[in-house]
Amino acid sequence: MIRIANGQGFWGDSLQAPVEQIRRGPIDYLTLDYLAEVTMSILQKQRARDPQAGYARDFVELIARVLPDLKDRRIRVIANAGGINPMGCRDAVLEAAARQNIKVKVATVTGDDITDRLDQFLKRGIQLKNMDTGEPLSAIQAQVERANVYFGAFPVAEALSQGAEIVITGRVADAALTLAPMIHEFGWKETDWDKLSAGVIAGHAIECGAQVTGGNCQVDWETIPNLADIGYPIVEAEPDGTFCVTKHAGTGGRVTVESVKEQLLYEIGDPAQYITPDCVADFTTVQLDQAGPDRVRFTGIRGRPATNYYKVSASFTAGYKAIGSLVYTWPDAYKKARAADQILRQRLGNLGLRFDAIRTEFLGANACHSIPAGEPTPEIEPHLPEVVLRVGVRSENRAAVERFTREIAPLVLNGPPGVSGLGLGRPRVEEIVAFWPALIPKTEVRPEVAIWPSEG
Amino acid sequence: MAKRRLVELAHARSGDKGDLVNIGLITKKPEDYPILVREVTAERVKEHFVGVCKGAVERFELPNLGALNFLLHEALDGGGTVALKADPQGKTYSTALLRMEIEV
Repeated sequence: MIRIANGQGFWGDSLQAPVEQIRRGPIDYLTLDYLAEVTMSILQKQRARDPQAGYARDFVELIARVLPDLKDRRIRVIANAGGINPMGCRDAVLEAAARQNIKVKVATVTGDDITDRLDQFLKRGIQLKNMDTGEPLSAIQAQVERANVYFGAFPVAEALSQGAEIVITGRVADAALTLAPMIHEFGWKETDWDKLSAGVIAGHAIECGAQVTGGNCQVDWETIPNLADIGYPIVEAEPDGTFCVTKHAGTGGRVTVESVKEQLLYEIGDPAQYITPDCVADFTTVQLDQAGPDRVRFTGIRGRPATNYYKVSASFTAGYKAIGSLVYTWPDAYKKARAADQILRQRLGNLGLRFDAIRTEFLGANACHSIPAGEPTPEIEPHLPEVVLRVGVRSENRAAVERFTREIAPLVLNGPPGVSGLGLGRPRVEEIVAFWPALIPKTEVRPEVAIWPSEG
Repeated sequence: MAKRRLVELAHARSGDKGDLVNIGLITKKPEDYPILVREVTAERVKEHFVGVCKGAVERFELPNLGALNFLLHEALDGGGTVALKADPQGKTYSTALLRMEIEV
């Protein structure tokens, strides 16, 4: 049995969680997921300003902090912290280790960045059609910022078999971080579809960190103990493809069949066809049972052969947006907020500004649940203590969006009464980076595994 | 037959993929699963999210987990980074679905 922990569900997750995973109980592998789609674009912008940047700096700081513990406890780390500059991340980690006089073997998994090859692909008739709309990538080629392939677990497993203590990847499928140590330790083959699927589902269960251990859990949420010290998840994996999801003893949170079910259903499509680079996992075969306190056992998982494609995510610029908010108070909070929205729209119209979209929401009335919630009833509405007016605009034209941001604050003095600007100041204009999902034949790209310092 | 809100029988989690929202709906008691299958059809979910979900609604069954998975297409104002919504990743569509009234 091996223990694989997750210490980071996204870039921006708890900085303390990975430290607790290392120090509060036994684990063999620590996996850290830093890369959401939007993260790649943020890293791109950072690297445009500084060629040394482009990776998750939090990761380097973490390694600097815990490296002696990792060595003492023989814990190996797998992280997609490399972002768009895995070699820069490797150098920073090796430097941090050298400063502490600690020798460590760091591997990189690269080859996922196909930004510079897009022209060549399109010329050769690989259209990289949008998986949702069917449009060819050529439609937005001028706006493309980057494109990365999602690799699977085998190159990561290869890095482990070469002795890496820290594996830094660019884009790999989130679940691959968890599957890789199973492949390495148990010698699973590329055609062990059921076992690979089990590893993928284990990865899916823990890749969002504490969202499987009682975080964001709807069942009896008020009774979930000590969320302030919530334990992050650990997979205890067996060579036959069965595993348990648990957390360190003494930590807060709760691991139950219910908390696990919520996470299994998070961000999936057809549950019988969960397509990953390594296999097609079937979530309808999962059998769960409560094997003990804070311990759920997974059995029965089946899967099917992988497809001949990798998924590609391309990011492209898609105009600008800005969002402004004001809070209106009792009496007639909602009525005032709606009136202010009308006044604002009239002024934007008088200025001749055109937007691709204007969206108004009323927080406190029905913003998130919107139409399914309906309008506040006539009995409730006059008594609402406050309602936040939130207006967003989107346009190709930066100047129009910029002009919009000047029209929010004046409403405090020249619109309906009983209003505050929330202390937020003028809204910021943001450049929109959108995403283009596509497929590419596996034969077109190859993952590259390298290890430092070299054996010599 | 009596009207009950889904929140009494089920829990849920939702997330995004581009302009698509998925909602996993899970029965609290295994014996209620056939009620969910009968009552919470793709059509009813489409109707519940009318004006929010501009595309199709698909439903998948997971009897092993006592759960249904719904895919709401064109439901996020263009999706994560493009959307102007307060909930651009559709995280609260789960609880919005639990407002639905069904016949039990």
